[in-house]
Amino acid sequence: MSTVMKPTTPTSADPLMIDGVAYHSRLLVGTGKYKDMDETRLAVEASGAEIVTVAIRRTNIGQNAGEPSLLDVLPPDRYTYLPNTAGCYSEADAVRTCRLARELLDGHNLVKLEVLGDEKTLFPDITQTLSAAETLIQDGFKVMVYTNDDPIVARRFEELGCVAVMPLAAPIGSGLGIRNPYNIRTIVENASVPILVDAGVGCASDAAIAMELGCDGVLMNTAIAGAKDPVLMAAAMKKAIEAGRESYLAGRIPRKRFASASSPVDGTFF
Amino acid sequence: MKLIINGKAEQLPEGMSAAQLIEHLDLTNERLAMEVNREIVPRSSFESHILAADDQIEIVRAIGGG
Repeated sequence: MSTVMKPTTPTSADPLMIDGVAYHSRLLVGTGKYKDMDETRLAVEASGAEIVTVAIRRTNIGQNAGEPSLLDVLPPDRYTYLPNTAGCYSEADAVRTCRLARELLDGHNLVKLEVLGDEKTLFPDITQTLSAAETLIQDGFKVMVYTNDDPIVARRFEELGCVAVMPLAAPIGSGLGIRNPYNIRTIVENASVPILVDAGVGCASDAAIAMELGCDGVLMNTAIAGAKDPVLMAAAMKKAIEAGRESYLAGRIPRKRFASASSPVDGTFF
Repeated sequence: MKLIINGKAEQLPEGMSAAQLIEHLDLTNERLAMEVNREIVPRSSFESHILAADDQIEIVRAIGGG
């Protein structure tokens, strides 16, 4: 009879390409705010993420004995580490952080650049971020940049040579969801590098909406780590990202103001 | 000699190398990166890099973060 269609899953047929490297998961996760290393590991595993962000901080001198390290629970040969510049409010601090990260991770040069402008909003300082991106790219870094949802600025980052542009959906950790879907859509339409929503997602439907807008991926931390059950939320996010991507690829129906019947009108006997 | 390590002053013997400092701090098997006076000291140079009095040393690691 009919041949059985093999379902094309986004994981096999539709990789996320960042700087020429293929990733099967379009969900990138942060590793902060978890209860302990066990919960971190379980949530990251449930999310299916292959790229995980990490922060670079001072080693606790004299307090390290026996303490499990992040690199033990999330082995760098299994995950792609994406060191961030969280907490940096200047180009100088961000560049310094990236250089330390590169040394720490044996020359690994993929970084998440964020230069913050304000503690209350954690919105990016765009002028500092632009100059930091330029310096880092000249120094051989592959920069995935956290920015606001401004299409003009997103294009500037792409022109500078950033390997991915990551507009916020809403303030970091706010869980407000995508506040400006039209701008996100415009950013996606203009771009030839991957666009990932970074920050502001609160629940699985937010992640699905980001993907339905055509984003190439979503990076999140608090939405998972701060959930009542982080491991369950990680699993939900994985599905939402996949569902949103498939929905985007499938092409949604146009919105219409009035109904159109699903059952044929012809052949009624009443 | 006095060294400033991650913001705290410590008294340590003269002529100590970066590798000896790491050993002294019990960090030998830790994945870390070191800056001395804002210059990165590559791990491959830890043995040969001799620390000087009043050096400002930062030793960093990767931790959970978004």
